Amino acid sequence: MILDVNGITKTFGGLLAVNSVDLKVPDRSIVSVIGPNGAGKTTFFNMITGIYKPDKGSIVLGGRDLVGLRPDQVTAAGIARTFQNIRLFSAMTAEENILVGRHPRQKSSFVDALLRTRRFREDEAAARAKARELLDFVNLGRYRNEFATNLPYGDQRRLEIARALATDPKLVLLDEPAAGMNPRETEDLKALIRRIRDELGVTVVLIEHDMRLVMTLSEQITVLDYGTKIAEGLPHEVRNDARVMEAYLGRGAAAGEYGKEAR
Amino acid sequence: MTTASLPPRPSTRPDRTWLLVAYTVITGALLVIFEQNLPTLAQSGLLTLFLASLYFAHQWRAAPWAKIAVGAASLLFVLPLVGRDNGAIFDLIIQIAIFAALALGLNIVVGLAGLLDLGYVAFFAVGAYLWGIFASPQIGRIYEGAAFANGINPNLFWLFLAVGIAAAAFVGILIGLPVLKLRGDYLAIVTLGLGEVIRVLATNLTVYTNGSQGITPIGSAPVGPLNAVAARLGFTEDQYNLFFLYFLVLLIVGLVILVNTRLDRSRIGRAWIAIREDEVAAQAMGVPLVRTKLLAFATGASFAGIMGVIFAAKQAFISPESFNFFQSIGVLSMVILGGMGSIPGVILGAGVVTLLNLNLLPALSEQLQATIPNLNPNLDPAKYQRFIFGVILVLMMLYRPEGLLPSVRRQIEMHEGDDGTAVPDSLSDNAARAANGGALTTGRNAEDALSPGLATREENDRSGEER
Repeated sequence: MILDVNGITKTFGGLLAVNSVDLKVPDRSIVSVIGPNGAGKTTFFNMITGIYKPDKGSIVLGGRDLVGLRPDQVTAAGIARTFQNIRLFSAMTAEENILVGRHPRQKSSFVDALLRTRRFREDEAAARAKARELLDFVNLGRYRNEFATNLPYGDQRRLEIARALATDPKLVLLDEPAAGMNPRETEDLKALIRRIRDELGVTVVLIEHDMRLVMTLSEQITVLDYGTKIAEGLPHEVRNDARVMEAYLGRGAAAGEYGKEAR
Repeated sequence: MTTASLPPRPSTRPDRTWLLVAYTVITGALLVIFEQNLPTLAQSGLLTLFLASLYFAHQWRAAPWAKIAVGAASLLFVLPLVGRDNGAIFDLIIQIAIFAALALGLNIVVGLAGLLDLGYVAFFAVGAYLWGIFASPQIGRIYEGAAFANGINPNLFWLFLAVGIAAAAFVGILIGLPVLKLRGDYLAIVTLGLGEVIRVLATNLTVYTNGSQGITPIGSAPVGPLNAVAARLGFTEDQYNLFFLYFLVLLIVGLVILVNTRLDRSRIGRAWIAIREDEVAAQAMGVPLVRTKLLAFATGASFAGIMGVIFAAKQAFISPESFNFFQSIGVLSMVILGGMGSIPGVILGAGVVTLLNLNLLPALSEQLQATIPNLNPNLDPAKYQRFIFGVILVLMMLYRPEGLLPSVRRQIEMHEGDDGTAVPDSLSDNAARAANGGALTTGRNAEDALSPGLATREENDRSGEER
């Protein structure tokens, strides 16, 4: 297990957003977290990445407890993420966006930058080389000097993934990577996610609403509803789970009465 | 603020090497010849025209030798020459340079890191009072020792330049620590308050600062060899100090520019810009927020600190009024007017604002009073300085919010979506989703049964077929 989340809970005021959820992610796997809107998926991600501190529970990445770390420390520890609504640095070029992702891995200091020491120059050159490599990896090499805001929508999503990968993560969390993509872009994304795992050896955890993507890509699926884990398992197991259908479609629909009133 | 990675702009602009040289020679010669024989207003105008040559040298496409020659001749020859015969102009030039360094410091805080600091002049005050107290009889009054009756050994000025940097950086961190959790408007209000706190301390810690009466006379560094040079060039004895400070200020502004550019094109500068653009995303990319913001605060403050030391040495007199809120606003308006995040822009802003405030508007007022002796005092243009200044700022914000010489980034931010290019806002997001929705229903298979929202789409499709 690369990531072992144990019983994490988060309440906002009286609202129980995530209720004692466990998640075990095997190394080099692709795992999905699904659930209806408002099920607590993003809150769950935000706890793993340190944006929220869980009220209870533990989050262990490769033997190290991450609870209480700041988001930047979590990133340094090896978890990178993308956002549901794209959060690129719009007035920076594609390459610069990725260079920001290199921040936790760069070693040159303030003084190095002032004096343009050899360490600074080598560090920068290495970071730029890595940035180019990653741009090519997500097939955006032609946009290297283009400002992020000028990229087409689907490419912005891929650039955000490249930026996350620049932090040399052990595990990358993708929050609805296919949102707003057309089927063609989604297919490309599917291939990209597989390559992230196969070629870079990075474990992928994704939140996604596009079921075709989730079902064909995931090796394990966890379903959340009202902050609670209601199902977990292989895609075909989850798909046929009565509680999952109920969560998505409502009790009546799950019982086979769906659509009757429309006739 | 173009980084090395940006694509080179195609140079379609005409080569203006000779125009530049001619312009500089003509305005420079006119300035040198007429500096004392013209009415003040014409003199101010001429000075402004001459200083514009530096701007043109930066902006126009011209041979590098011409640019360097124009810059060197202007800064090292013409301006000191004019300054020799007209002390007011010399003082003004030094003041512009001091403000340029201040604006460059604030540019790091506001322009790069996006932290709106309305109390920036507090750091300037720290540097100024540091040297002011120690280099004047004030230190003697504090310690009541005859050894310090006329202040400390003036040779310690060099040490105090460093101490000024350190002290201001320290105060920057001290002020920064409690407030950096705040964002935007809240940060601005708190920095405004803390800036005022420093001024009020200067007013009320009478024992150390001599209160609102201020501190005087403040000494400056003795620079024997340089004074000899100045004497040979025909400077009078009371100008030696200005002569020395002029070159010191030039040197420091040069260093500040170097520091600014180097930081801008480094891991630190990128982290600052990332924080400005999106704090959450920056932190998720491993940028430690507090440390990076404190670094911006401290770096910006240190520029103000060193310039404060020089300011005290130049004025020989400081009082809390030199560091009031309007000074902070003044420096901020230089940054905004010139173009946030743009180094040449900020320097231009400092030049324009300082010239307007200290030279052009007062000269205009003097001229008007001379021409119309019975001018109603309510119409004195000097009284409308802030008004004219305010109008300029309002017009700028309306028609050119990115500043006179904007950085490429700012331009993008300010005009995002103007030309209908892809903008990742909620609107285009929805449009993309809608387009996707249509496609989803056509190519569906069994797995789509779980897709939320699909049910309603199906329903619509069905009712559509029935119609």
